[in-house]
Amino acid sequence: MKKAIEQLNKLFDSRIRIGIMSALMVNESLNFNDLKSLMDVTDGNLATHVKTLEENNYIKVHKGFIGKKTNTTYTITKVGEASFKAHLKALEKIINDIN
Amino acid sequence: MYLKVLFMQQDEKDISLKTLQDIHVIMERSSRFLSLSGWSGVWAGCTAIAGAIVAKWMLADIPNSYREYYQESAAIYKADTGYQEVVMKFVLLALGVLIVAVVGAIYFTWKKAKKDGATIWNTASRRMFIEFSIPLLAGGVFASAFLLQGLELYIPAICLAFYGMALINSSKYTHSDIKYLGMLEVFLACMCLFIRGYGITFWLIGFGFLHILYGVIMWKKYDRQ
Repeated sequence: MKKAIEQLNKLFDSRIRIGIMSALMVNESLNFNDLKSLMDVTDGNLATHVKTLEENNYIKVHKGFIGKKTNTTYTITKVGEASFKAHLKALEKIINDIN
Repeated sequence: MYLKVLFMQQDEKDISLKTLQDIHVIMERSSRFLSLSGWSGVWAGCTAIAGAIVAKWMLADIPNSYREYYQESAAIYKADTGYQEVVMKFVLLALGVLIVAVVGAIYFTWKKAKKDGATIWNTASRRMFIEFSIPLLAGGVFASAFLLQGLELYIPAICLAFYGMALINSSKYTHSDIKYLGMLEVFLACMCLFIRGYGITFWLIGFGFLHILYGVIMWKKYDRQ
């Protein structure tokens, strides 16, 4: 039992960070506004969490333009994908463990 | 002490389950455009029925020879400007119905998105739009080519078939129910190819009744709360 909890990724404790990762798992790429409306957070808050994930090399940031407006998109990295899957497995293990 | 551990385990389980459910919801919401309103379907269906009524009414006062032209090969009537005018009138009617239907459908979907606090233009809706447009544009080219070559008999079937394929193609980016509507449209299109000269009736069923039926089903399933 204890083992499964230890396998949980501390980075994914945050509802917003796990939300970003979930969305990027099923989408090739998403932009800042997509993530913002999905998670219902403020710009600053989302930016902080995005930064944390980026620093840990879980997601990749692509800066681009649509006309004159900046369009920043995000994709998940191989490392991020593996960590997310491991985290899911740990969650499942906790649920399925019989007392 | 033992009880306390048990409780803690139950707590962990509840939290983990909740997290997994949240992950599922985010994955679903981020990859599909779910603001498509049932009313959009009902509106499109009603517009199509109105269009079919006007078309039947227009058919009443065209000469019988034109009906034969419609069924026969192209060469006979290519020079007949009267016939060409009638065909153009029907094409314009169809385009008019299309525009009214699409504008209304977008309006109801925009209203629903606003109510849900979602945006109508995001990555999911953009992907859905692209997937929808590819077969539809191909269908437009096919229909235009057939029209120019005097094969308007096949245009009703072409429109139904490519519209159905557009629905099937875009269904992975919205409510998956759309796929079955698309399959029904393609099935109707295939029937339409063999039962010649009933284009308006097939459009009435495919674009009219099926849309209303699906609109009501979608409304009951997703809109009503």
